[in-house]
Amino acid sequence: MTIKEIQEEIVDEFSMFDDWMQRYEYMIDLGKSLPLIDEQYKTDDNIIKGCQSKVWVHADLEEDKLSFTADSDAIITKGIIAILIRAFSGQHPKDIIDADTSFIDEIGLKEHLSPTRANGLVSMIKQIKMYAIAYQTQLK
Amino acid sequence: MQKTTLDIQTIRKDFPILSRTVNGQPLVYLDNAATSQTPKQVLDVIVDYYSGYNANIHRGVHTLSQEATDKYEQARATIQHHFNAKFAHEIIFTAGTTHGINLVANGFSSLLKKGDEIIVSALEHHSNIVPWQMLCERTGAVLKVIPMNLNGELELDAYYELLSNKTKLVFCNHVSNALGTVNPIKEIINAAHNVGAAVLIDGAQAAPHIKADVQALGVDFYVVSAHKMCGPTGAGMLYGKEEWLNKLPPYQGGGEMIAEVTFDKTTYADLPHKFEAGTPNICGGIAFGAALDYMNAIGFSAIADYEHELLVYATTQLLTVDGLKIYGTALEKTSVISFNAGSIHPYDIGSILDKLGIAVRTGHHCAQPIMDFYAIPGTVRASFSFYNTKEEVDTLVAGVKRAVAMLQ
Repeated sequence: MTIKEIQEEIVDEFSMFDDWMQRYEYMIDLGKSLPLIDEQYKTDDNIIKGCQSKVWVHADLEEDKLSFTADSDAIITKGIIAILIRAFSGQHPKDIIDADTSFIDEIGLKEHLSPTRANGLVSMIKQIKMYAIAYQTQLK
Repeated sequence: MQKTTLDIQTIRKDFPILSRTVNGQPLVYLDNAATSQTPKQVLDVIVDYYSGYNANIHRGVHTLSQEATDKYEQARATIQHHFNAKFAHEIIFTAGTTHGINLVANGFSSLLKKGDEIIVSALEHHSNIVPWQMLCERTGAVLKVIPMNLNGELELDAYYELLSNKTKLVFCNHVSNALGTVNPIKEIINAAHNVGAAVLIDGAQAAPHIKADVQALGVDFYVVSAHKMCGPTGAGMLYGKEEWLNKLPPYQGGGEMIAEVTFDKTTYADLPHKFEAGTPNICGGIAFGAALDYMNAIGFSAIADYEHELLVYATTQLLTVDGLKIYGTALEKTSVISFNAGSIHPYDIGSILDKLGIAVRTGHHCAQPIMDFYAIPGTVRASFSFYNTKEEVDTLVAGVKRAVAMLQ
């Protein structure tokens, strides 16, 4: 699936929920099911700045495609990063760089987050794109 | 336990913000340690100032300037009487607690030398740590820390051992913002004075709950913020003993703080103007005085009794939540409860509570050393004011239970 198709799928899923409580419960479930990052990558270098809770993101390049793993000490934050990983993992770095991220607005994630968390979300997207830029340079 | 004599429902009508909704739910505001809400009696003063006599003070000959000056100096007198300072000129208007601390820390730059020692408590928040670290960097003085125990109480025996003739300054909060501990500041001040050290007490978290008498305490400096005691943000007070304020050099240069300026030499104004460079927060100072009038009309003794009642009730009720642990269990506490539920991150609980219209603080509360001490990333902190109710405590407890059920 392309990034856009995955994003549409996520938007569809979130549109099924009527209220914030269901969305939060879904995000919490996503957080709980997030594959844990390898302990060796939970380093200060991999911490995303801008999040009040700690978030670690690591990227690996496998056959021209990036795979992401992540963790957070807060479960709702884990749910947020799980959504991002689902959207961007297994994709070519260039596609990640070019990807539109407006699906975040469409699922109403930002409006349900505190400003500090919303800033953290922006930082997570930025970090994922930074990884993509770095690996794209390697591929060239 | 003494039952409250306050008519809380009538008091709540003074606070327009308490009747708003958040996320479709009635607001339950329990972040009073961060900032308190403002009653209409104070809001009216702010509106009156800007709509009636907004003018710069002290220098104008016109009527508005004189009216504003009179009100501003009346507010200074109100603050002086509230804290029982000996003179009105011992009250310096500041932008808040942090500003007051920095003013003193900056002033001591010229009074300390390498090897001098300054002592700070383990219960401080960053505003009462960082300025002293910066002072140490500037002067070569050494920072020492009074340790705390697991209850969140300072270990006074260890403090007494830290004191010596090298000790020049001691800094401590009256009440811990993160845990609510009321520190034994009278003992701390007396012991410091015995070795000739000056003492600054950060009263930001105490002033909304405890009426401090600076002369009875014998404290050298006492700092507070107006916005934590029903006043506006950006206003506060530094109390300093006259002899100390005369010793300290000015903090900032500018208008109002001068006696005479030539290109060869400037002489400084007398107290308090020496420390009040530039146009101050005039409205903020006047409104601060009005906030003190408001709280004094209710009565600090009645406020303390009622808040203690709320603290005991909230503590008992919160402990019915499975896995909930309270950090800070000092015998002497104000109405602050810092807690975690199991291994759930405080931000997660705070986020769910916000959706339920409940405002609490989460995180390290700008007191990272305390969180490091307990080896936790932070806590959920519910802090109560005299306008909170037991029904709001019940809403909090129900919200925490709901959040825990979702997050476990």
